[in-house]
Amino acid sequence: MGGYGDVQMIDENGVRADGRGPGDIRPITIETGVVPVADGSCRMTWGTNEAIVAVYGPMEAHPRKIQRQDRAVLDVAYNMAPFSTTDRMRPGFNRRSREVSKVTQDALESVVLLELYPRSKIRISIEIVSAEAGTRCVGLTAASVALADAGIPMTDLVVSVASGKINDVVVCDLNKEEDNYGEADLPMGILPNSGELVFLQMDGDLSQDEFKQAWKYNMDAAQEIHKLMVEALKEGDSQ
Amino acid sequence: MNGGPVARPDNMTKENGAAGPQGNKRGNNLAVPGDDLGDSEGFEPGHGVLVMSGRLKALKKGRIMEKGRLISVEPVHTRYTPRPGDLVIGFIEGCTNNLWFVELGAPFNAILPMSLGPGKVDFGGTRSLMDVGDAILCRVQEVEETHSSVVTMKGMGLRKIRSGVIEEIDPHLLGRIIGKGGETLRRMKAETECRIVVADNGRMWIDGELDGILDVRNRLSEISRVSRGGRN
Repeated sequence: MGGYGDVQMIDENGVRADGRGPGDIRPITIETGVVPVADGSCRMTWGTNEAIVAVYGPMEAHPRKIQRQDRAVLDVAYNMAPFSTTDRMRPGFNRRSREVSKVTQDALESVVLLELYPRSKIRISIEIVSAEAGTRCVGLTAASVALADAGIPMTDLVVSVASGKINDVVVCDLNKEEDNYGEADLPMGILPNSGELVFLQMDGDLSQDEFKQAWKYNMDAAQEIHKLMVEALKEGDSQ
Repeated sequence: MNGGPVARPDNMTKENGAAGPQGNKRGNNLAVPGDDLGDSEGFEPGHGVLVMSGRLKALKKGRIMEKGRLISVEPVHTRYTPRPGDLVIGFIEGCTNNLWFVELGAPFNAILPMSLGPGKVDFGGTRSLMDVGDAILCRVQEVEETHSSVVTMKGMGLRKIRSGVIEEIDPHLLGRIIGKGGETLRRMKAETECRIVVADNGRMWIDGELDGILDVRNRLSEISRVSRGGRN
């Protein structure tokens, strides 16, 4: 977060720099089956973000020491391509990608029925091809679509979306400028059918009322995004 | 008239019945994980369905099937999971002194003990019968709770595969290849003059003249291509 700046990103009528209202999300497209060799895959574009997720498994977990006798393990690898940002990303894992992999794994572990596949591993590779802001949300949402595409049993899909605060106004789905110069960011992972949370982070400060407003924006956006996910999953196998 | 929607040439959508009566069959309804399939009262949850606080919930992406009181979701795409009695084609991936490890395309390798193998050899002579890389036609004997399974080669027609080719397709496409009552498969066998054995793990053993084998392969890749919606 850049802290309080003097960048004007929202006008008095509540119109943001890119023409959206406070509760509007960026345009989203979702496509399944984009990686033919994978068991399940998904390409998701969200504004100018783009993520490709491939799911392999369940398969035997290697090395043996990571096996669990009573459940499967998830192996989530979130990675940003070197060309995904304007400054070249150094290839390979870093602190940030490890953190995002970890929270994505925790969120997905609460929906996947791991106990059906003891001693197995499910490998989920999240590759960010183009990054604007909110790539962890894109990665988590796309990963749940790819898991469903792979036929892995889950109690629900996961929709992840962030709201934040810019110029003291709570808005939904921050873009790059709003993320860099805004005051707060609240990404959430939501189970759209039950409204439960599987993932929640907060960067910056929100008052109680602002938090509630951001929460509401996220919940509403989740329902909207869920419709697109269901549509994409059903369309991929309409024949 | 009953006042239902009518499809006219300028208004042809699935919703108003343009797809014909088959569009309304329950078996064609797709579910995605988390979908609510209604009250669990009076229904049994089958494969891919879970009861959560009195509601039926889909766990997989697949077609909703209703058989009496049993509601299940048949996955559209999934990895092969061995079930006892399945006819499978496997590759030998390793041997010890008295058993073979067989790769079936499932999450775990199966075990083929010497006692269920094709013949008896001395302790330590497993590789003289079947070596790493050999393909075998076998049957799943039992599957344990931890997903380790045992296969057998004792039975009619179970053998080491010495000729022909092995093709692999997604297990959920098998129905399309076999057809109703085996009709499509019978026609393919007759037209290509090939011997075809379709195993439950999505592998097929094709044996015959080279032209016939190539013909079968083309047909299979066409089926796979169409199932992906024309994408490849």
